[in-house]
Amino acid sequence: MSDQTVLEPIRSFLSRSFESRQMRDDEDIFALGFGNSLFAMQLVDFLEREYGIEIDSEDLELKNFQTVQAIGDLVNRKLSARHAQA
Amino acid sequence: MPRLEDFSAVAQELSAFVAAEVTPHAAAIDREQCIPREIVRALAQAGMFASGFPEAFGGRGGDAEEAAIRHGLMHEALGAGSASVQGLVNVHHMAGSALARWGTPAQKQRWLPALASGEVLAGLAITEPNVGSDAAAVETTARVVGSDFVLSGTKTWITCGQSADVFVVLARAEEGPATFIVPRDTAGLSFERIDGMLGCRGYMLATLKFEECVLPGDALLGKPRFGVTHVAATGLEWGRYNLAWGCVGLGRACLEASLDYTRSRSQFGSAISEHQLIQRMICRMMVDVEAARLLCFRAGSLRGRKDPEAAKETTMAKYFASQMANRVAYDAVQIHGAAGCAPDSAVARAMRDARIMEIIEGTSQVLEIAIARYGYQERAMQVRA
Repeated sequence: MSDQTVLEPIRSFLSRSFESRQMRDDEDIFALGFGNSLFAMQLVDFLEREYGIEIDSEDLELKNFQTVQAIGDLVNRKLSARHAQA
Repeated sequence: MPRLEDFSAVAQELSAFVAAEVTPHAAAIDREQCIPREIVRALAQAGMFASGFPEAFGGRGGDAEEAAIRHGLMHEALGAGSASVQGLVNVHHMAGSALARWGTPAQKQRWLPALASGEVLAGLAITEPNVGSDAAAVETTARVVGSDFVLSGTKTWITCGQSADVFVVLARAEEGPATFIVPRDTAGLSFERIDGMLGCRGYMLATLKFEECVLPGDALLGKPRFGVTHVAATGLEWGRYNLAWGCVGLGRACLEASLDYTRSRSQFGSAISEHQLIQRMICRMMVDVEAARLLCFRAGSLRGRKDPEAAKETTMAKYFASQMANRVAYDAVQIHGAAGCAPDSAVARAMRDARIMEIIEGTSQVLEIAIARYGYQERAMQVRA
């Protein structure tokens, strides 16, 4: 999937958590205070459902969830790995 | 999309099992503050522990949406029989779901088949003497020593602390909150039972003391920093879902007991079921129980589909159902009068058990904050669109 195709749903999902502002792709999500457990598990469920991937314990690195771009990169890696296995 | 009425045969089957194997023992469980092993064996034979676990590891499997709803109905049935037994199955699944979701392939292979069969019972150890709702502030420490972790600290009010074979334990590592898989026989781990609680007296609570408990590196579940937000959160969210359904069962049992009692009890020359103020209480109980069941059903449907809305709906279901259980049990005792206050009264036990439901798996006050936050998120999206 192209970068923009992957990033747009992530931007849209995250924007609901940011009530009055559009966030940049390189903005630190945790610095904005969105590291709480309700948000974290919502994000995991969203990524798994939207892209048909599985987030597992190996993916639990702050750098994978820190920005819109980082989340998009994680999704692309998971999608590439799935294609390689197919 | 499944409908609740599609599950009536399953619900009846589950209720029949609980009526035969659990309900007759509920008063004794409350009195003795202990769930006998025979009941645990019966639950295992009926596949109650397999529900919610992946099929590849001995779980029930099946369509995810139907499985989530069936799982909920199982907790409704258990909650109608004994809140304590529902609690045992609940915490087993809370710990197990965290393991199934975030365990490594080796951890899953080692633990999940035994958990799904009920051969091994699991507990979740988060709460501490100084830490309740603010789980990220845990004071139990996990020190890295070579390739091992060393746990030190105290956990308390741990359901099945007297009986579980393995615990998922939240501790504070250098990088942040982390969870660990800790077998009961770990050297340095000791237990003190807690008796005389207000309700859910068969939870078999204990305080767990970790005195320099050495755990191998592969006991780490997930990764440090993600212990609360992902690992414990997975267990807690399932716990809220299971408990919400358990409250529906508790409420339904109180309603059914009240319907039966008011038909058989006569005052002022007629069955009290003919009295309008009794009818008002029955009416409120019926609407309350049904509303809670529908919230639970919707949460289950969304959970099965991995819909991001599931977290909000689950939180709302638990919030409403636990408050409903208190209202309904309170009125059930009122309807039963002195009989409802008697030793071994099922509705008195329900009233005491219901009080616990608003405290565990997220207090009502903590859930109010979370639900309101979801509301503001949604409104912001509507305005932006």
